[in-house]
Amino acid sequence: MSYLEYTVKSVPTGLRKLLYLNWPLALLLTAVAGFGFLMLYSVAGGSFTPWAEPQMKRFALGMVVMVIIGMVPIWFWRNVAGVAYLGSLLLLIFVELFGSVGMGAQRWIDLGFMRLQPSELAKITLVMLLAAYYDWLPVKRVSRPVWVVVPVVLIMLPTFLVLKQPDLGTSLLLVFAGASMMFFAGVHWGYFAAVIGMAVGLVTAVFQSRGTAWQLLKDYQYRRIDTFLDPSSDPLGAGYHITQSKIALGSGGWAGRGFMQGTQSRLNFLPEKHTDFIFTTLAEEFGFLGAFSLLTLYLLIIVFCISSALSNKDRFSSLLTLGIAVTFFLFFSVNMSMVMGMAPVVGVPLPLVSYGGSAMLVLLAAFGLVQSAHIHRPR
Amino acid sequence: MKRSTRESADSARRISRRALLLGGAQIGFGGLLALRMRYLQVDQADEFRLLAEENRINIRLIAPARGEIFDRHGAVIAKNEPSYRLTMVREDAGDVDEVIRRLSALVELEEEDLNRALVEMKRSAPFLPVTIADRVSWEAISRVAVNAPALPGITPEVGLSRHYPLGRDFAHVTGYVGPVSDYDLSKIDDPDQLLRIPRFQIGKVGIEAKLEDQLRGKAGAKRIEVNAAGREMRELSRREGQPGTNLQLTLDHRLQNYVQARLGQESAAVVILDCESGDILACASAPSFDPNLFVRGISVADYKALTENPYRPLANKTVQGLYPPGSTFKMVTALAALDAGVITPEETVYCPGHVEISNRRFHCWKRVGHGHVDLETSLRESCDVYYYDIAMRVGIEKISAIAQQLGLGQRFDIPMSAVARGRAPTKAWKQETYDQQWLVGDTANAAIGQGFVLASPLQLAVMSARLATGRAVEPRLIKTIDGIEQPIRGGDPLNVGNGLLRDVRKAMYEVSNNRRGTAYRSRIIEDAFRMAGKTGTSQVRNITAAERARGVTRNKDLPWERRDHALFVNFAPFRDPKFAVAVVVEHGGGGSTAAAPIARDVTLQALYDGDPPLEAYPKADRSRVKAQQERLRRERHEILDNGRDRA
Repeated sequence: MSYLEYTVKSVPTGLRKLLYLNWPLALLLTAVAGFGFLMLYSVAGGSFTPWAEPQMKRFALGMVVMVIIGMVPIWFWRNVAGVAYLGSLLLLIFVELFGSVGMGAQRWIDLGFMRLQPSELAKITLVMLLAAYYDWLPVKRVSRPVWVVVPVVLIMLPTFLVLKQPDLGTSLLLVFAGASMMFFAGVHWGYFAAVIGMAVGLVTAVFQSRGTAWQLLKDYQYRRIDTFLDPSSDPLGAGYHITQSKIALGSGGWAGRGFMQGTQSRLNFLPEKHTDFIFTTLAEEFGFLGAFSLLTLYLLIIVFCISSALSNKDRFSSLLTLGIAVTFFLFFSVNMSMVMGMAPVVGVPLPLVSYGGSAMLVLLAAFGLVQSAHIHRPR
Repeated sequence: MKRSTRESADSARRISRRALLLGGAQIGFGGLLALRMRYLQVDQADEFRLLAEENRINIRLIAPARGEIFDRHGAVIAKNEPSYRLTMVREDAGDVDEVIRRLSALVELEEEDLNRALVEMKRSAPFLPVTIADRVSWEAISRVAVNAPALPGITPEVGLSRHYPLGRDFAHVTGYVGPVSDYDLSKIDDPDQLLRIPRFQIGKVGIEAKLEDQLRGKAGAKRIEVNAAGREMRELSRREGQPGTNLQLTLDHRLQNYVQARLGQESAAVVILDCESGDILACASAPSFDPNLFVRGISVADYKALTENPYRPLANKTVQGLYPPGSTFKMVTALAALDAGVITPEETVYCPGHVEISNRRFHCWKRVGHGHVDLETSLRESCDVYYYDIAMRVGIEKISAIAQQLGLGQRFDIPMSAVARGRAPTKAWKQETYDQQWLVGDTANAAIGQGFVLASPLQLAVMSARLATGRAVEPRLIKTIDGIEQPIRGGDPLNVGNGLLRDVRKAMYEVSNNRRGTAYRSRIIEDAFRMAGKTGTSQVRNITAAERARGVTRNKDLPWERRDHALFVNFAPFRDPKFAVAVVVEHGGGGSTAAAPIARDVTLQALYDGDPPLEAYPKADRSRVKAQQERLRRERHEILDNGRDRA
């Protein structure tokens, strides 16, 4: 069933839409953000400035944006998907040429009231475009090679631009989110198997060739990979951060050291404690109980998104909701893996918790799309 | 584009299937994250908690307060003074130049220190305090404290630093402390952790060095919380150290002060002993220096001035300086001869002004000779020929033995640096040291305290005390340690013939009380306090026959370093000896003119426990003494008041 088949009557109109908002989802988002406020207050040494207060304001603004986007009919978003994608591509090119570099490698545009990172926007617009693409594409063509190449190109364009910034973490997220969209849409699993097989083969070849006559990379490149994969080989650089992060997590124990009692974060042993490593502060101060609660909230958001997607009867809504859920999942799982020493440090913030204006706004806008799909589903 | 319902339903089912599949994978990965969390936070919690504590807690040593040093009456000689310094934290200061400009209006800042601080500040982390002014006065610190709001980042800090309130008076006795050097550490096998504290002060010479172990005390420790950069955040717990032991010396600070002032810039040494106990009441070496200079870290110019001064202000002449005792040794020779029975006090020797011994002519200081001299005359007029004669009869071994008994040629156990042994030579000693036979001429030289005989002012004072009491008095410098009285050692009767000492004492009395005595001009006329003594003038050069023929060059015509040493030993009061004194004036000329007046002044000062009345002096001296007393009083009060204010 396509959105064109909706009967207008079955869809709520006007302010009545508010009643049909996915309220549990909104509450979950607020709860997660609440963890963020607490932790930002704590790492500032018990102060609303400089982080907690702006974060709360942005969250409030973000919720308003979410509701507004949610009240706009979903077919409108489907129609603008292409334009949005193109717009974000142009923005990526624009920052590549004129943007400012700061705080690591991400490039941003100063809008006056916030700094917009086009790479964050690109994650959502890519999901939107792919959802629209598969909504348009007849199902039987989905697995045909030509129609598989098209989304691959659509994914690679923003990925390439983001990689050039260079922002490896975000570009990987783009690839995974795009691939997930293709998977949801029903692209034959063989393609995935083939790509995974090739990737494994390539990586094996690269590593197996090391030290032999036909080695594929230069020695220094191997060393860089070593450091990336095993930070403890560089104990004063990336390894230091991961070690301190694990100490902070571990010392939290079962129930944590108490609110604002985390020595690791309070004494600056943790890097980026208000952004990428905020989860360690939470885990240190609230222990396993706190960290597990946050993880549960995140997973519940995923569950609610999937259940919403399953009840949406049109492909665009379902795919969009699933895609946004996957993107969200990738965010927090990569961040948590990173701070727990399970993945290399790639600089991905913890969604809704880490301090950062544009990330939160973009994410809440994305959930606005989920809300829109939820409200405007046929009943 | 219209699709069939069946196709759409099919597609929806596939989406649902795959959504559930990937959703399940996501939940599964969430479970993995939860397991990892559990592993880190529950299974390994203790280990990580420990690591976190190690991260956060540092143990720092607390320097103990160094033991203080007092004189016999409790006056402070060495103490610990709060030492204020100003530190600046760049991060807190904001505009560094502006803050320093404001600060310099309140406190005098050394250009040199300031530049060093600014360089250090640029190099180190912005939150680390950098010392911008050291040893700031309390007044300056209070000015800074009052103006604190206008001086962000400036913190007054207080530590303890050694201070010697009486300055130069006790410089040679106490020595001084200074920051531990690598050289100091290299000398110690297992250095106390304390020595690793930057700027920790350790005794360098004198009592400060010799009794370092007692004075230092035990380190305390504090556990502090630090941040990742090592900055101290707060103190968690503290275990106080054990302060060093306080010492009380046998010295009398007023007497010491007088003696030091009396010596002034002469190159001289004075030791005053309590005859009974052996307590060292004054022990002064001149010229002196201000030990506080060394605590602060002496400037190159000051240090150079001290080391290049020909009067050697840094040397402690009282125990390190060895001098031929000259005629002050004649009591030893006399006692040896008397005790051996080779002469009686009444027996006379004829002095023609010289004597031939093994084909060499030995002269008496008086060219025309003294005629017939007995013991009393010989000592009173310091006839040399008499001693050549009796020394020939008694021999060097007996003389050496008596010298040893009287305290010469031995190292006394007192905590001062480089205490010299001196020398009471024997035949065996010469054979061993020079691989040469002892010559008769050596005995003749030794008889009048020349040649191989060497003694320090302390030893001469001990000799005087032993002659006065007839007991083997031992010098004592430390009166109490931590309030516990230290034992008085020695005091056994000397092993010399009955009554012989009395004869020698009587002769010494004549030296300063008989009109013909060599020290008659430096007599004390207060009957109760009359003193007995002996002058000494020891040559530091050979007088050739040619020089003797044309007339010996007078001392004042010689360059300073070739003039004779002037010595005097005495005890007083004669009837009931209380104080024994030795005075050495390096290259001072004659003992009667350079050393005896000093000896009389310091003896009277000890006897009266302060400035003596002019009546104690002969009439002829009174006006001169009065002027001298007034001059010294002014000079002394400056130092004593200084000591009192700060004590």
